[in-house]
Amino acid sequence: MAEETRKIAFICSKGDLDMAYPALVMGWAALGNGIDVTIFFTFWGLDLINKHRVDHLELAPVANTSMKMSMMGIPGNLGIPNLVGVLPGMTALTTKLMKDKMKALGVPPVREYLEMLVDGGAKLYACKMSVDMMGLKKEDFIDGVEDIVTAGDFMDMTEGAQIIFI
Amino acid sequence: MATRTIAGKTVQVNDEGFMTNPAEWTKEIAVELAKEEGIAELTEQHWKVIDFCRQTGLSSGKAPTLRQITTGTGLSTKDLFALFPKGPAKKVARISGLGKPEGCV
Repeated sequence: MAEETRKIAFICSKGDLDMAYPALVMGWAALGNGIDVTIFFTFWGLDLINKHRVDHLELAPVANTSMKMSMMGIPGNLGIPNLVGVLPGMTALTTKLMKDKMKALGVPPVREYLEMLVDGGAKLYACKMSVDMMGLKKEDFIDGVEDIVTAGDFMDMTEGAQIIFI
Repeated sequence: MATRTIAGKTVQVNDEGFMTNPAEWTKEIAVELAKEEGIAELTEQHWKVIDFCRQTGLSSGKAPTLRQITTGTGLSTKDLFALFPKGPAKKVARISGLGKPEGCV
């Protein structure tokens, strides 16, 4: 019965709204199945735990070939032309679309999702080098972020874990 | 489909040990399954979760997800993970005689 607990670690390196959710969803599923979860936020991924930014994550339509108009209810496989994507307000529009879709599915916003993960036992860490690079401090982060650690620390603390880079 | 006897009653189960017919579930079965999951005693709080899952499971045919449980029962995520340590998603569904939750959140 002394089976070792499975461990999983996510490295979040992107600060876009659409790139925030994979680790949150998979991390939550892992916790629900009794798997240890560690999430390391690096580079733009720090936006997810930056309390000034977490509620303002965006999804840009420019150069995003997956962003189809079917999300707006227009049938077919029409994409948003890049030329249109650069118009003022387009990022706000696509962001709102995604947030609305998420809400309709009952998916919580990123800040609330991170709280759920922490309450469920996930460990959140910020990357030291990125924190230094962006001039951030521990108090810039949401509650629940355990510490600011180096890449080496991360390697030590995730020994035996499956690591997923996002 | 395999069967097994839990708390004196023969029920249908799948390969993963989930009951496949929610109508065969009884409270005594829940107590036994909870023990198998390492929960020695089901408290009032446990029953609150199980009752909610039974209601949702019987009306929608699906086991609720963890978030549906916390919003539906008013329990916090922390409480839920404390009541059913190490993997509440499967444990709750199994004890409630339902299949694995199908939602992702």
